Amino acid sequence: MATIRISDDALAIACGADDVAAAFEKAGHTVERVSSWGMQWLEPLVEIDGKGFGPASPEDVAAIIDGSSPLAIGTIAEHPWIASQQRLTFARAGKTRPTSLEDYEATGGWKGLKRAKEIGADATIQEVMDSGLRGRGGAGFPTGIKWKTVAGAKADQKYIVCNADEGDSATFADRMVMEGDPFMLIEGMAIAGFATGATRGYIYCRSEYPHAIAKLEAAIRLSAHIVAPFVLEVREGAGAYVCGEETSLLNSLEGKRGEVRAKPPIPALVGLFGRPTIVNNVLSLAAVPYILSEGGKAYADYGMGRSRGTMPVQIAGNVKQGGLYETAFGITLGELVNEIGGGTASGRPVKGVQVGGPLGAYLHPEQFDIPFDYEAFSAVDALIGHGGITVFDDTADMAGMARFAMEFCAVESCGKCTPCRIGSTRGKELIDRILDRVPRNRDDVETLPQMHNAPTGQRSLEDEITLLEDLCETMKFGSLCALGGFTPYPVMSALKHWPEDFGARVTEAAE
Amino acid sequence: MNDVKAKRLDEIIASHSRREGPLLPILHDVQAEFGCVDDDAKRTIAKALNLSRAEVHGVVSFYHDFKAEKAHQPVLKLCRAEACKARGVEALVAGAEAAAKGRVEIETIYCLGLCTVGPNAMVGKQVHARLDGPKLAALIEEMV
Repeated sequence: MATIRISDDALAIACGADDVAAAFEKAGHTVERVSSWGMQWLEPLVEIDGKGFGPASPEDVAAIIDGSSPLAIGTIAEHPWIASQQRLTFARAGKTRPTSLEDYEATGGWKGLKRAKEIGADATIQEVMDSGLRGRGGAGFPTGIKWKTVAGAKADQKYIVCNADEGDSATFADRMVMEGDPFMLIEGMAIAGFATGATRGYIYCRSEYPHAIAKLEAAIRLSAHIVAPFVLEVREGAGAYVCGEETSLLNSLEGKRGEVRAKPPIPALVGLFGRPTIVNNVLSLAAVPYILSEGGKAYADYGMGRSRGTMPVQIAGNVKQGGLYETAFGITLGELVNEIGGGTASGRPVKGVQVGGPLGAYLHPEQFDIPFDYEAFSAVDALIGHGGITVFDDTADMAGMARFAMEFCAVESCGKCTPCRIGSTRGKELIDRILDRVPRNRDDVETLPQMHNAPTGQRSLEDEITLLEDLCETMKFGSLCALGGFTPYPVMSALKHWPEDFGARVTEAAE
Repeated sequence: MNDVKAKRLDEIIASHSRREGPLLPILHDVQAEFGCVDDDAKRTIAKALNLSRAEVHGVVSFYHDFKAEKAHQPVLKLCRAEACKARGVEALVAGAEAAAKGRVEIETIYCLGLCTVGPNAMVGKQVHARLDGPKLAALIEEMV
C-alpha cells in the first residue's frame, strides 16, 4: 500500500492531523509524518504519491484512498501556490521527516558546514557578506558585518545565540523551520560558530512553541557528533514578548529580568555573559547553509536593490489562502494579498493589512503596489519586520486596532525606559478619550495660579489628536528599543488611512 | 514548607547546576511541578544561586509564565493578537466566559504562531485551531 504523508507541524496538529494520521493507520496504511508544505488553509494535508488532499478529516479516509475525494488538489509540487515560489530556506518543506538525519543528508544536508570547513573561517564570512543577507528578525542589519565583528573580537568564550522568540502576530516561519527542518538551523549555527570561533550556541525559543522545542531538542541530540566541538542548547522563554529584542533576550538567557540594555556596547562585542555574541534570527541562520553550499552569489542573485535573496513571507489573518510563501524580494504587496492570498477568507473587501507584526504599520489597499523590499517599505513609514502580513476585511475597526497597539505595548513593555512604559498607557487612555468623545478637562495642577501659561479650557478633539501625534513622536525617538519605538507605526498609520474610524470630527482635524 | 517539597526543590536546582544562567530553566521546572513559584521556592532558589530574594522575585514577576499562586481552575489560553482578531476572536470572548461559568480560567495570550487558522487556543501544551463559538464551548466543557 502507498505511504501516506501527513505533516506533524503544530498547525497541522491543531487542525486535527493526529486524528487523520491515526485513521489512516487504522485502515492499514503506513503514515510518514513530514514537515508542512506551508499551504496552511489545506491542513491537515494528506499526500499520497505526490498527490494532495486537504483539509482532511478522519471521515475522508476511505474517499481519499479510492481517489473519489472532492478534497483532491492534484500534484502538490505543481500546485500554483507552491510552483510559483522560490524556496531556498524552505526547500525541504513538505518533503522530509523533520528529525530524520537520513532525510536531511539525502537532501544536501551538512554540505554547507562541510564547505565552510574546507574554505576556512575568513572565506566563510566573505560568502555571507557576498550573499547580502540581512537580519531577517526585523532590523535588516547585514549579517556578514555582525559575524566579522564577532570574529575579530578577542575573548576566551564567544557565543552564537539564535533568536527564536517569534512573538509577532502573523509570523510563523521560525516555528516552521524549527519544527520542519531543525537540522538546517543547527547547521547554520554550527557554521556561524566555526566562522567566528564560538563554541557554544543557544536557541532561545518562546514557550508558546512546545512542539518546536521538542523537535529541536531531539535534533540537537541526534546531530551532536556532527557539529562537535560546537555545543548547542535550547532555552525556553517565559512569555515575555520583549525578549525578542536582542539585548533583552540576552538578559533573559542570563537568568535576569528581560529588560532591554542600552547600546553601545553592542552584543557583538559585549553580549551574553559579557562575551562577544552573535544574535541572529532563525531565518537568518537557516539561510546560511544554502549560502555556503551554493555560494553567496547564488543567493544574492535573487532579490532587488539592497534586499538580496528570498524572504519567507507569512500571509495570515483574514485571508483565503494563508501560509508560508517564500519568494525573492520585489514582489508587490497587492500580489501577495490578492493573488497569492486570494483575498479575504470572509469574502469581503480587504480593508487593510498590517505588515511586520504588532509594531508594523497598517497599509491601505491603495498602497498595494509597494514592492516587498526593506527600503521601499521604510520610505512609506512601514516595515517588513519578520515578513508577516495580517489581512483585515472591511469589518475591522482600525481605531480599535490602534488602541490595541498601545495596549499591547503597555502589557509587554519591559519598563526600562519611560516613553514606552508610561507612553503606552497614556496612549491607550488618549485613544479611549478620542473614541468616547470625552476630551480631558484640566486637572487641579493645570489650573493653579502658577500655571498661568497653560490653557484653561477643556481640550478639544483636535488638541487630543495633536497630543497623540506628539506622544507617538516621543515614543518613536525616545524609546530604547523597537517595542516603544515602533508602536507609533500602527497607531499613526491607522489614524492616517482610516480617520473615519476615529470619528467624523477627527477626519476634519486630520485634514 | 514540607520535607517532600524541599527535597524536590533541591533536586530541581541540582539538575540545572551545570548550566550557565540556570534561573529560568529552574523556574520553569518549579512552575511545572508546583503550579506556581511561591515564596518558599523563591527563598530556596535565591539561596542556592547566591542571589537576593528580591532578584529572584523580580525575575518571577517579570515573566507571564511564572505565577505567584497556583491557578484554582484549569487554564485556557486564548490568543487575542492581531491575526486572531482579524479572524474574529473578539466575538468569541463573551461566549467563552459564559461557557466557562467561572470553572475554567480564560487567559489572554498573544500569538501561538498558527495565524492562518485562528482563532486559536492552548490548553497545557495542546494547541487548538479553527475555533468558533460551539467548538470553544465544547473545549471548555472538556476541561472542567
